[in-house]
Amino acid sequence: MEIDPFIFRLSIFILSIFIGYYVVWSVTPSLHTPLMSVTNAISSVIIVGAIIASLSGGSSNKFDTSNIFGYLAIILAAINIFGGFLVTHRMLAMYKKKTKDKK
Amino acid sequence: MISVNFLAIFYLISGVLFILALRGLSSPETSRRGNVFGIIGMALAIVVTILSVDNFSSGLIYLIIFLAIGGSIGAFIAFKIPMTAMPELVAGFHSLVGLAAVFVAISAFLNPQVFNLGFPGEIKIASLIEMSLGVSIGAITFTGSIIAFLKLRGIMSGSPITFTGQHYLNLFFGLSLIGLIFYLCITQGNIWFWTIIIISLLVGVLLIIPIGGADMPVVISMLNSYSGWAAAGIGFTLENTALIITGALVGSSGAILSYIMCKGMNRSFFNVILGGWGASETDSSSRSLKEQKPVKNGNADDAAFLMKNASSVIIVPGYGMAVAQAQHALREMVDALKKNGVKVSYAIHPVAGRMPGHMNVLLAEANVPYDEVFELEEINNDFSNCDVAYVIGANDVTNPVAKSDPQSPIYGMPVLDVEKSKSVLFVKRSLSPGYAGIDNDLFYRDNTLMLFADAKKMTEEIVKSL
Repeated sequence: MEIDPFIFRLSIFILSIFIGYYVVWSVTPSLHTPLMSVTNAISSVIIVGAIIASLSGGSSNKFDTSNIFGYLAIILAAINIFGGFLVTHRMLAMYKKKTKDKK
Repeated sequence: MISVNFLAIFYLISGVLFILALRGLSSPETSRRGNVFGIIGMALAIVVTILSVDNFSSGLIYLIIFLAIGGSIGAFIAFKIPMTAMPELVAGFHSLVGLAAVFVAISAFLNPQVFNLGFPGEIKIASLIEMSLGVSIGAITFTGSIIAFLKLRGIMSGSPITFTGQHYLNLFFGLSLIGLIFYLCITQGNIWFWTIIIISLLVGVLLIIPIGGADMPVVISMLNSYSGWAAAGIGFTLENTALIITGALVGSSGAILSYIMCKGMNRSFFNVILGGWGASETDSSSRSLKEQKPVKNGNADDAAFLMKNASSVIIVPGYGMAVAQAQHALREMVDALKKNGVKVSYAIHPVAGRMPGHMNVLLAEANVPYDEVFELEEINNDFSNCDVAYVIGANDVTNPVAKSDPQSPIYGMPVLDVEKSKSVLFVKRSLSPGYAGIDNDLFYRDNTLMLFADAKKMTEEIVKSL
């Protein structure tokens, strides 16, 4: 008897929750705001669903309803990905050691 | 075309890179490298997904166009946004993740064969459950974050909106969502799917409107967590490892931040969710306000004199500093003090500001070195050895009542022991109580000097007289 692939995904899910738990507790409190913006950016990996939805329409029409929802999701996720990583980068750039750039 | 197995391995690599991105945040030195890992992980996930689709060439041009539209909007926002507006920005971004999850789920529901979920009207039961959970959490995240955004932005009043039977209404909607998912699985009817979305959108609004402005740090963290669970739900539907891993990471990250914020306010999570401070503390605050107690009033010269002659000063910034944009003036003041040989450090309460870590970002923006900034537990013992505590824009987090008066609504909340320092300079516009609506005992202490002014103006004047 084979194990349902769902069980494997569930295992990945549960183990990832634990990884997340330990990794996030080790984040220094002063970086909690960048943590939120970067988690926001990476949760936009949902864009992969949007890409599949928009690219692989069975019909030759590239703009049936399900494709359009896919395209909309791509725009939203792209705002998040670029916005999230860039704003995180901007914030982290401010946490540089100040000794070097004393004028 | 990449085979399914290769694809899964690439998604796994993305997932690992995302874990490393979060891991990097354990210290400022490694954080920038972490962010790069995150970007690589994302780029990898996007590229292999495009390559995995048969026949991608025809739609690719649209995909790139839409990616570019979204990307440039995102980049524009990221460069323009002032650091004080980070809480709104993050709330706004959460709403987009939620909405994207809803759209992907709709697309999967309308065209399930693309995702190998069956055919319209004959979608696998397991996929339907995962899909409806994802769409429901996504929709709640979407409207909830919009309300949070409006409250943070000040477009909507920060005061809690409550009405009788609110909790029962939420309970009713919650139960009906479960019923609807059940019906959807039996009948596969479109109508149930759309109803789930509409009710979830409503629940999102109802969940956030009763929560007051002071609790926003919890709300943002909570919505952060929801956006993760929504992504994980969609990940299960699409059988995508990268999404499942990321969803779990983000979900637990948001949950931990909510926990830290609740602990910083000594309130249980449910207490915050169920909305507003209770009715009792309005009585206690009005009672204590009636007693007219003497207050020592000072000006910038007094403050400058006190600090110049001190050997150590601890700065306690709060949200008021951010509102007044006083962080740069504050840095100038600290520089001037340091020239006089005064040891200066900053003390940050976990819930200072409107989101976790908000004060740290603002100070970093004003070029304050992060090794001078300390968290509550690290610095609280130092107040007794410190000559001057300079409280700027903070209030409730310094209130000694939290330690002494069991009647007080903030009793038990961890506070900064500001009153233990030899003298306290309290910059504030008036004697009005803070967000929690509680009078601060600190104003009337003998060692407290009140500086009634705008935080920025006062700090600038102090700089002048130093």
